[in-house]
Amino acid sequence: MTEQIMAYVGNARAGFIGNMIKLFKGKIMQDKLQALAKSLLLPILAFGVFLMLWSSVASQIQTSLGVVPGPVQVWEQAVTLYEEHNEERTSEQAFMDRQTKRNEAKLAKNPDAEIKTRPYTGKATYFDQIWTSIFTVLTGFLIASIIAIPLGIICGLSTSIYTAINPLIQMFKPVSPLAWLPIVTMIVSAVYVSDDPLFSKSYLNSAITVTLCCLWPTIINTTVGVSSIDNDLVNVSRVLRLGWVTRVFKIVLPSSVPMMFAGLRVSLGIGWMVLIAAEMLSQNPGLGKFVWDEFQNGSSNSLARIMVAVFTIGIVGFLLDWLMLSLQRFVSWDKSATVR
Amino acid sequence: MKNEHLLLSKVTIDFPTDNGPYRALDDVNLSIAEGEFVSLIGHSGCGKSTVLNIVAGLHQATSGGVLLDGREVDEPGPERAVVFQNHSLLPWLTAYGNVELAVKQVFARTKSKAEMDEWIRHNLELVHMEHAMDKRPSEISGGMKQRVGIARALAMEPKVLLMDEPFGALDALTRAHMQESLMEIQNELRNTVIMITHDVDEAVLLSDRIVMMTNGPAATIGEILSIDLERPRDRLALADDPQYNHYRAEVLKFLHDRHNKVAA
Repeated sequence: MTEQIMAYVGNARAGFIGNMIKLFKGKIMQDKLQALAKSLLLPILAFGVFLMLWSSVASQIQTSLGVVPGPVQVWEQAVTLYEEHNEERTSEQAFMDRQTKRNEAKLAKNPDAEIKTRPYTGKATYFDQIWTSIFTVLTGFLIASIIAIPLGIICGLSTSIYTAINPLIQMFKPVSPLAWLPIVTMIVSAVYVSDDPLFSKSYLNSAITVTLCCLWPTIINTTVGVSSIDNDLVNVSRVLRLGWVTRVFKIVLPSSVPMMFAGLRVSLGIGWMVLIAAEMLSQNPGLGKFVWDEFQNGSSNSLARIMVAVFTIGIVGFLLDWLMLSLQRFVSWDKSATVR
Repeated sequence: MKNEHLLLSKVTIDFPTDNGPYRALDDVNLSIAEGEFVSLIGHSGCGKSTVLNIVAGLHQATSGGVLLDGREVDEPGPERAVVFQNHSLLPWLTAYGNVELAVKQVFARTKSKAEMDEWIRHNLELVHMEHAMDKRPSEISGGMKQRVGIARALAMEPKVLLMDEPFGALDALTRAHMQESLMEIQNELRNTVIMITHDVDEAVLLSDRIVMMTNGPAATIGEILSIDLERPRDRLALADDPQYNHYRAEVLKFLHDRHNKVAA
């Protein structure tokens, strides 16, 4: 009898605890859902408010190109740009097919016939422009990083070199790279002379302009990162009598990686902004040229198409920063870096 | 005195300031025997850390000097390993990696790869950190970081182990654990140790001698107290020991009354 009661009590207790656990689990699930809802709903809500404000304000403003486009018109133009891109691709494919057929027919008639393959020369679509811009900014950024990181490390390690170079850095840092653009253009067209150029001159101009503005934040941040290494870690390396190479690679560089990446992210952000302006100014292919062309075009759709470009520029810029952040998380020991 | 393993002779140091040189230490003389555990105790800013840094070679005495086994100390080196107050582990290396850096530096010519690996593991086991050797400093607690710091220092097989308030940043319970561990290790390895501390109980419990320093400027050694307590020492048993309490009272009295005495 007693055993039975005990068993019953035991069961009851198990049931009670089990229920508590279920309840607790349910609570955790609920918390998770709430957190998810918060992190998703709030931005969506804010975006909704933004769209409403935009459409209500836009419809009030009359310009010489018609009413400032609201979200709906911009979305329509985004779809149109995508369709234009597809049409262009289709006609390119058709052109290529025709060419292949013609060449095959020629070869069938005469196996020794000389065959010409002409590239398709249709106009660049919106998506071509996006890729051109991304490719250009990454090139310029890469060149800048290859120069700036070693220079920053050297400046951080040697106060004499830093003292020597610092005035130059401080002087060139505030110069808008657009001021360099004419000089870069002239130098490139004078120096880069080739019958069969690997890169177009416009691409080089834009990339070098981006390089000129990406240099400074990386140099300065790397210098600070390298020179502000924790004194205790310096003492550790002194007690261990680490050689110069070991000290630089095992202690100095790893400890400056977070600062270095901070500089790289700033550089890439500035580079992207400058590239668009440079493309507008010099009519080099890319998103900037697209914006300028649409502005000059002056059709009733132009403003909406420019707005599409504005959003594209923003999203690409955000993705580039995210890319750098992922790279930083992958490379650095400090996993706490976030998008801010 | 058994032998003069480590000798501080007339150590004086001036730091340059805007108002002329500041004399931090004045005429510090101390002889430490091999295997001896010496604590430096004194108020903040009295120059305890400066003494330690001079022995480590991180600072140079303005006059006087330090002899280790008859050779003058003029630069830092692994035979005078330092355990820093805030662990100073490299955050991008694991516990194993941190000890490895030291071992590779010291034993690159004398140990094979397998021997080095074994030596790293042995030292981490000594401080009871074998379970976390693949963790990075950010993933382990303050006490564990300090254990790794001690393992790194011990792995250099130093002639003198210098500890700069090694447990100062730890909570009381962790500190007590670390003191037990240190006594255990000391019992086994018989290292010569100089330890800086603020903690009177810690000093009496661990030391063979306690060096009490006067306040700066021109700080120097005020008094040296020999602690003749049987080893191994047991914290709980000693709590009621009249001799232990006498030593404790001596140090406390010095710190409260006599630290203002100007050195002659």
